[in-house]
Amino acid sequence: MNQMITVGISDLNVVKAPNVLVTYALGSCVGICLYDSAMKIAGLSHIMLPSSVQMSADKSQAYKFADTAIELLVHRMERLGAHVFRIKAKIAGGAQMFSGVNNSSLANIGQRNVVAVKQELLRLRIPIIAEDTGKNYGRTLYFYASDGSMRIKSVNRGEWVW
Amino acid sequence: MAFHDFTDLDDMHLDVLREIGNIGSGNAATALSEMLSKPINIAVPKISILDYNTVVDSLGGPENLLVSLLFTMTDDVKGMMIFLLQKDFAHMLLNTLLGCELKSFNEMGEMELSALKEVGNIMAASYVNAISTLANLRMNISVPDICIDMAGAILSVPAIHYANISDKIIFINDEFNADGQSASSQVLMIPDMESLNKIMKNLGLDS
Repeated sequence: MNQMITVGISDLNVVKAPNVLVTYALGSCVGICLYDSAMKIAGLSHIMLPSSVQMSADKSQAYKFADTAIELLVHRMERLGAHVFRIKAKIAGGAQMFSGVNNSSLANIGQRNVVAVKQELLRLRIPIIAEDTGKNYGRTLYFYASDGSMRIKSVNRGEWVW
Repeated sequence: MAFHDFTDLDDMHLDVLREIGNIGSGNAATALSEMLSKPINIAVPKISILDYNTVVDSLGGPENLLVSLLFTMTDDVKGMMIFLLQKDFAHMLLNTLLGCELKSFNEMGEMELSALKEVGNIMAASYVNAISTLANLRMNISVPDICIDMAGAILSVPAIHYANISDKIIFINDEFNADGQSASSQVLMIPDMESLNKIMKNLGLDS
């Protein structure tokens, strides 16, 4: 019997096959799916912001940022037996929900999140093998530890499997 | 005392916000009633300070489809205001205003979007006028930006933008009643802390 584990905003979690990770309604946030196919270990992080620099040094906030959360997720997976050299990434989210926002810092936050996630994955030498980012709609993400597939569900715009 | 977070607000401050919400919601009901040319009743609005997860839950869960209109506030009071309409309410408005039966949000064209923006404009102005008049502050709102999507995805926008200030927002829930049908809408007010301090100070509540 497979279990569905929900990952909230600014949170992360790790499961083994046959369990499923889900994060609902990604907007400008980015969902990062990491998978070790040999061990069938899946990790999902839901980040809100690109960088923890200039933010409070509060350790409880580490899951909020691309530059701190992803590495913590890798550590959690390693503790279950995953190896970083086998881990591959799939990412989704980073939409621009409101098109005409004149406030520039708000306008491209989704895009900045995606850029920060890619930089961090590059630093950790984790290749990105699938990506469904940008555009202007919310996404619910399901990540299956059994085969590493990422299913994206949107409202009125369809469903995709990556 | 200066506020650094919405959690610094005590009961007296909340009462003031409630009163602002009451007047704003009253104005909004009057405006809506004129626009739709039918009597609209409104229940006493519920006003609370909630964190984002609770807000998403009270909006019907993260995947619930909502119509949202985002306004940027400028001048003396800066920040963001989001007006949310549940699906049924949006349908009711469009059917009354445009006289057409809309089956799904997929079919929404420029005309429908612009009608919803206009409703949002009038509703947002009702709340802004309430604050502006009571606190004697100049306020201005931008033209609305519309987004029809999942509640969680919409809420991620203010959550991200104000992540370094607070994970809480002022949540106003209105229940309107017209022709025996009830419909609910929500207003999220996110003034920056400096503006919130200004509002409280001008209302004589800064000590």
